[in-house]
Amino acid sequence: MTATYELTNLRALEAEAVHVFREVAADFERPVLLFSGGKDSVVMLHVAAKAFWPAPLPFPVMHVDTGHNLDEVIAFRDATVERMGVRLIVARVQDDIDAGRAVEEAGPRASRNRLQSVTLLRAIAGNRFDAVFGGARRDEDKARAKERVYSFRDEFGQWDPRNQRPELWNLYNGDHRRGEHIRVFPLSNWTELDIWQYVLEEAIEIPPLYFSHRRRVFERDGMLLAVSPYVTLAEGEEPFEASVRFRTVGDATCTGCVESAAATPEQVVAEVAASRMTERGATRADDRISEAGMEDRKKEGYF
Amino acid sequence: MPELLRLATAGSVDDGKSTLIGRLLYDSKSIFVDQLEAVERTSRERGDSQTNLALLTDGLRAEREQGITIDVAYRYFATPRRKFIIADTPGHIQYTRNMVTGASTADLALVLIDARNGVLEQSRRHAFIATLLGIPHLVVCVNKMDLVDWSQERFEEIRDEFRRFAMKLEVHDVTFLPISALHGDNVVQRSANSPWYEGTPLLHHLEEVHIASDRNLIDTRFPVQYVIRPQSGTDADLHDYRGYAGTVAGGVIKAGDEVVVLPSGFTSRIEEVRGPGGEPLEEAFPPQAISLTLTDHLDIARGDMICRPHNRPLVGQDVDAMVCWFSDQSPLTVGARYRLRHTTRSVMAKAEHLDYRLNVNTLHRDGSAGSLTLNEIGRVRLRAQTPLMFDPYRRNRATGSFIVIDPATNDTVGAGMIVGAEQANLTNVVWHANAVERRQRPTQGLTVWLTGLSGSGKSTVAVEVERRLVAAGRPAYLLDGDNLRHGLNADLGFSAADRGENVRRVGEVARLFADAGVVAVVSLVSPYRADRARVRAMHEEAGLRFVEVFVDTPLDVCEARDPKGMYARARAGEITGFTGVDDPYEPPEQPDLVLRPGHGSPSAMADWVLLHLEGPGDGPAAPPPEDTGAAGP
Repeated sequence: MTATYELTNLRALEAEAVHVFREVAADFERPVLLFSGGKDSVVMLHVAAKAFWPAPLPFPVMHVDTGHNLDEVIAFRDATVERMGVRLIVARVQDDIDAGRAVEEAGPRASRNRLQSVTLLRAIAGNRFDAVFGGARRDEDKARAKERVYSFRDEFGQWDPRNQRPELWNLYNGDHRRGEHIRVFPLSNWTELDIWQYVLEEAIEIPPLYFSHRRRVFERDGMLLAVSPYVTLAEGEEPFEASVRFRTVGDATCTGCVESAAATPEQVVAEVAASRMTERGATRADDRISEAGMEDRKKEGYF
Repeated sequence: MPELLRLATAGSVDDGKSTLIGRLLYDSKSIFVDQLEAVERTSRERGDSQTNLALLTDGLRAEREQGITIDVAYRYFATPRRKFIIADTPGHIQYTRNMVTGASTADLALVLIDARNGVLEQSRRHAFIATLLGIPHLVVCVNKMDLVDWSQERFEEIRDEFRRFAMKLEVHDVTFLPISALHGDNVVQRSANSPWYEGTPLLHHLEEVHIASDRNLIDTRFPVQYVIRPQSGTDADLHDYRGYAGTVAGGVIKAGDEVVVLPSGFTSRIEEVRGPGGEPLEEAFPPQAISLTLTDHLDIARGDMICRPHNRPLVGQDVDAMVCWFSDQSPLTVGARYRLRHTTRSVMAKAEHLDYRLNVNTLHRDGSAGSLTLNEIGRVRLRAQTPLMFDPYRRNRATGSFIVIDPATNDTVGAGMIVGAEQANLTNVVWHANAVERRQRPTQGLTVWLTGLSGSGKSTVAVEVERRLVAAGRPAYLLDGDNLRHGLNADLGFSAADRGENVRRVGEVARLFADAGVVAVVSLVSPYRADRARVRAMHEEAGLRFVEVFVDTPLDVCEARDPKGMYARARAGEITGFTGVDDPYEPPEQPDLVLRPGHGSPSAMADWVLLHLEGPGDGPAAPPPEDTGAAGP
C-alpha cells in the first residue's frame, strides 16, 4: 500500500471521519456523540476512539431512549460504553411524555420515533451541547444526500435545507452563536456496504440483532416487524417465527427485519453487496410516511 | 481493495446529466429496487411520460416541486475496482457556488455536451470552474450521439472546438467520449454504433484513470489540527505524551525526518508516525489522518505547520486569491473584514483590493468592478491579521484553499484559491524589498504580440510601432524573434519543443518589460496556439494587458516576398520544419487585431495597432475594413 501511496476506500473514509472528529474536538466546547447501539453509531464510536488514541474520548456519548428498544440493544449499549470507558448520558422520551412536552401517538401504528426530536433537542439545550455527532449517511435517503458534514441548527434546533452553508475541501465552518448548534456527520460518505466491510476489517463488535437469528415476527406493509410489547397487532396480522436479521436498529415500532441466513460479518457483507433494496426502504416504516418524510422530520430537529 | 474516486458533474436535465448518472447507477447495479419504485411512482403521480431518473438525485421537496436541482447531491456507487462519490450539481449560472462546492474535492469532472448543440457557454463554464478548482481530470461526454446519427465528423468537430477552448485553461488531462446516456452507448458497455471510437466506455475510464499521482507527494506539509495529551495519572508512559494530530496536506512523512515548525521556526525530528488507533506507520502521505511525536519537547499548537527545513510554504499576511462569492445577502467589498479558515487556522482578514471580476462565460476580466456578488468570481488581495502558511492552490489544494466567513452572520460567504507563488510573492517579504507598485511607475507597460508567417511583414510593422511610440514619449522596446535568437535564445533550434521554449522566453521577457512600464513590441512567428495562449495567460495572471495582433498575410504572398530567401531553401529541402511549408501555423482564434495586406502599408498598419492600443483593451476589436488603408487615422 505505502509503496504506491494509495489509500483504500475504507482507509480514505476513515481518514476523513478522523479529521472531522479532531476538528470538532479542537473547535467546539461541548461536543457529544449520539450512540444508539445501532451499527452506524457503533462504527462512529469506534472511529472516534481511534481519532484520539492514546487519550480517552474527549466527549461523552448520549442515547435518546424511546423506551421501546429491543432489550438486546440496551444491553449492548451498556456493555459497549463500559468496555470503552466513555460517559453515557441517557435522554428518555418517557420523561417528555410524562412532563407533557410530547404527546404519545395512538393506535396500532403508534410510534415514538417522531417524539425523539423533542427529547433530543431538550437534551442538547439542557447539556448546552454545541456539536452533536450523528451516524447518518448520505446514501440513506434523498434528503440526507444533500446534508452537509457540519449541519447548522438554529436556536430552535431546526434545519433549513434551502439555506445550508457551502462546504468545501475539508474546511468546516462550525461558527455559531450561543444556543445554536452543529450536527456533525462524520460518516456522511459511507455506504451501508462500507460500514459492513469496515466492521469486518476492524472486527468491531455489533449487536447480535444484525445477524441471522430466529424471531417471532409479523408482516406489515410488506415488511417484517418484530413482535414486542410495544407493538399492537392489527387485525389480520399473524405472528410467525422466521430466520431474520435487522439491517437497521431503531425504535421497535417501526424497524423491520429481513429474512436472512447471514450469521457472520462476512456473510452480511456478501448479502449487502448483493442486495437490491436500500436498508431504509427494506426496513423503515417511518420513511414511508411520504416522499419527503425524512426532510420534514429533519427540519423539526430529527437526527 | 478498491480506491475512492470523487467526481463532480454539473448540468441541467436538458443535457442528459441526470440520465447519465441514472444510467451509471443503473447499469452498475447501484440503483436499488425500492428507489426505482419510488421514482416510478412519483413520475406517474407527476404525469411524466417516462420514468424521470432526475428524481433519484433531486432530493429536496422544493427541487421536486420546481423540477430543478438546487443543491449539491452526493451519490454513491461502487464497482469491484473503485468506489465512486458523485457530487452532482446544477449547471445554471445562478448555481455557480454549488458547482464550486462540488468541484472542491473532486478528482475528476464530467462535462456533458449535447451533440446537437455543440460547445455552449454552459460547457465552457463547467470546464472553467473545474480547472479553477484544480480538478486534474476532465472527461467530456458528447451526449445524444444517437440524435446525430453517430457522426464521427460531428464528434470530432465538437472535440476540436472544446480543445481550442481548453488551451486557455490549466488542464492537463482531457478525455472525450461519444455516448448516448439514454440508450447506454459507451457508458458501461462499448457501443456497436461507434466503431470509429477507439477509446473505452465511460465507466471503464472512471475505473482506470490514474489519480494517485494527483496528490502532492513532494512538499511536506502537516498542519497541526489537534494536540493529543492523555495526561494519564495511571500510565507513566503517557504522562508526558504529546501527539500532534492532523491530516497530511502534502509530501511523505516518516520517522527520522528533520522538520521545522512554523511559524516558530523551531526544528526537531519526527520520532514516530501513527495512524488512527495508534497503528505504527512507516510513512504517511495525503490524505491520511495521523498523529506524530517529535524528539524534542516544543510548544506546538493547533494552526502550526510542520514541514521540512528546506521546503517551506510561503509565509505572509498578504495573499492574492481567486475568490468565488456565495452570499446573496452582502457582496464582497474592498475594506470589509472577514474570518478566514485556512488549513487549521482561523484568522481575521481584510479585503484589500479587487483586481478584477471574471466573467465565467467569456473569461473576460473586468478591472473596474468594485464588488463581488453571489456566484461571482474575482481576484482579490486579502490581508490577514496574522501570517498564513500557504502554497499556491495550483501546487497544493489543501494549503492553497480557504473559506471566507462573515463574522456578523457566521455564514460561509466565499471560497478562495491562492494564486501562483510569483503573484503571492509580490506582496510577501521576498519581493517587498521592491517597494514600488506598478501603478506608482511613471508609465504603464503592456505587450503587443505580432504573430504571423515568416515574410508576413510583422517586423516591419513592429519597427514602425516602436518608432512611433518612442516618438510620442512612450517607452517602448522591440523584441524581434530573429534578433533574440542571436543571444537569449541562441541555444534553441526549431523543433516544436524549442519553438515552445523560444516563445516562453520571449513571453517572459516581454512580461518583465511590460511590468517595468515599457510597451514590449514582439515580432515572432510563434506558430503554435498553445504557446501563445500561455504567454497571454502569464500576462493576465500578472494583471498586464496582452494584445495579440495576427498579421494575416497569405502564404503565397509571403513566399513571393521571401525577404530572407528562407522559403526557397525550405522548398528546396535545404531546411526542414519551416512554418508554412512543412510545419503548421495555427492562426489565432480570437486575436485582438487582424492585419491583412488590404489594410495598406506597414505605416498604415502601425496606425491601426496604435489606435487599438488607445482603446479600452477589453475584448477583441473588430478588424479594420480591408482595402481602405488610406482611411487610417
